[in-house]
Amino acid sequence: MNLTLKVWRQKNAQTAGKFVSYKAENISPDMSFLEMLDVVNESLTHKGDEPINFDHDCREGICGMCSLYINGHPHGPKRGITTCQLHMRTFHDGETITIEPWRAEAFPIVKDLAVDRSAFDRIQQAGGYVSVNTGGVPDGNAIPIPKVIADEAFNSATCIGCGACVAACKNASAMLFVSAKITQLGLLPQGQPERYRRVQSMVAQMDEEGFGSCTNTGACEAECPKEIKLTNIARMNNDYFSAKLFREEEVHEQNH
Amino acid sequence: MSEFKQTLNSSLGKKLIMALTGLFLCTFLIVHVGGNLLLFKHDDGFSFNVYANFLTHFPPIEVIAYLLYLSILVHALYGLILTVKNRKARPVRYAVAAKSDASWSSKNMGLLGSIMFLFIVIHMGDFWFRYHNDQTMGFKEYRTDLATGVTTAAEYKPVNADFSHSVSTENNVEVVRVKDLHARVVYSFSNIIYVIFYVIAMGAVAFHLLHGFQSAFRTLGWVHRKYTPVVYFIGTWLFAVIIPLLFAAMPVYYYYLSTQGAH
Repeated sequence: MNLTLKVWRQKNAQTAGKFVSYKAENISPDMSFLEMLDVVNESLTHKGDEPINFDHDCREGICGMCSLYINGHPHGPKRGITTCQLHMRTFHDGETITIEPWRAEAFPIVKDLAVDRSAFDRIQQAGGYVSVNTGGVPDGNAIPIPKVIADEAFNSATCIGCGACVAACKNASAMLFVSAKITQLGLLPQGQPERYRRVQSMVAQMDEEGFGSCTNTGACEAECPKEIKLTNIARMNNDYFSAKLFREEEVHEQNH
Repeated sequence: MSEFKQTLNSSLGKKLIMALTGLFLCTFLIVHVGGNLLLFKHDDGFSFNVYANFLTHFPPIEVIAYLLYLSILVHALYGLILTVKNRKARPVRYAVAAKSDASWSSKNMGLLGSIMFLFIVIHMGDFWFRYHNDQTMGFKEYRTDLATGVTTAAEYKPVNADFSHSVSTENNVEVVRVKDLHARVVYSFSNIIYVIFYVIAMGAVAFHLLHGFQSAFRTLGWVHRKYTPVVYFIGTWLFAVIIPLLFAAMPVYYYYLSTQGAH
């Protein structure tokens, strides 16, 4: 396969970027999208050019490191997969592929196609955990959890934090990510003691990072490689308003 | 900052305000379309004028009316604030437009809302403002023979400039004198440009509510396996189909009457 790539090149967050066209030649249809970029980078390196910088790690769709906004879709045109699981057979010979980084105020560009997603880490650190300070390991079967609840919690827990939801949202909203992280714990008994404190501090951190708000368009749900459902956002909203308007529990300024 | 202020200023709080004012405006639409169905009655605007008089002279409704005007302003203002904030969240746009699965209306709520706001300003200026402030707006006198139930209508010139309405009964004949808003409706809807504008605005209402009604429930966090389909059904059929169609039928019907020379 021979392809033309229009790639966003940007030295760092301070300098302006631009699109640069590259030829990707002799690409096997069985290569993954990232392997195709590896081939292009190899040839760039041979020519003495700076290779294209992009994020990747496990290359099997579970780490959440790869990104790329390909032809108007985060993680490319296919559903339920990450960029590393996207194969070149999805494209046709001679096609022009436009590759952009995630675009969001809260995700500043590090270089080329790599963005800084540490805003997600800070949201997680604000409350996306269950505090277990001491004691032995409890018996797994000692806490009964209905199967449907366990399944729902697990579905939310499959979020890999890649940021495709932010990239897909017209408002660059992080609500699908934040709500998945809140819901996976909020549904389970172990998450109950901190449930209402968690939702308040995580939403506060999300707002501080400068993400947009949710218009319920459902673009995030459609593009999520792990198919996290929009229902999570409604659950988060319910918990948040419940915590803020009806519960007397307060958020304490805690720094762990 | 007090806790309430902080809650309402958060991204979720602003959406809460949008959802609550939006749903309140939805309930208003039901009342408005219901009352205006009187326009389809062939009685020289008798019931419609009496209804308009009731709305403007019954104190509890007047209170709700001002709450309604406030809701419209707050809903529009917060929509604007959220749009600006959302635009700021993505300072550099994508070169390739997003091709994600998202309904057209959900992506164009601001545009649809702006059309509706323009419509509301013109619509209220034409009917509400004139009804309240226009001294030239005429009056009608309806005489109903209580024995036969036959009503006759005639122009009425008030003696006193402050006259608003009167109901009296003399010799088995009920005499009702009210402001003739109906004549204004007939006049406005004989203009084809006006009728087209109204129909377009009702199209905007339909698409705005197709997304907005169910979205408000999602924002409030009211998503339920059993009730969410009901919300979708009401949002689609009642708010996006039946109500806009009934509203749009009014100017179209009156334009049709004007071409027939019935008035």
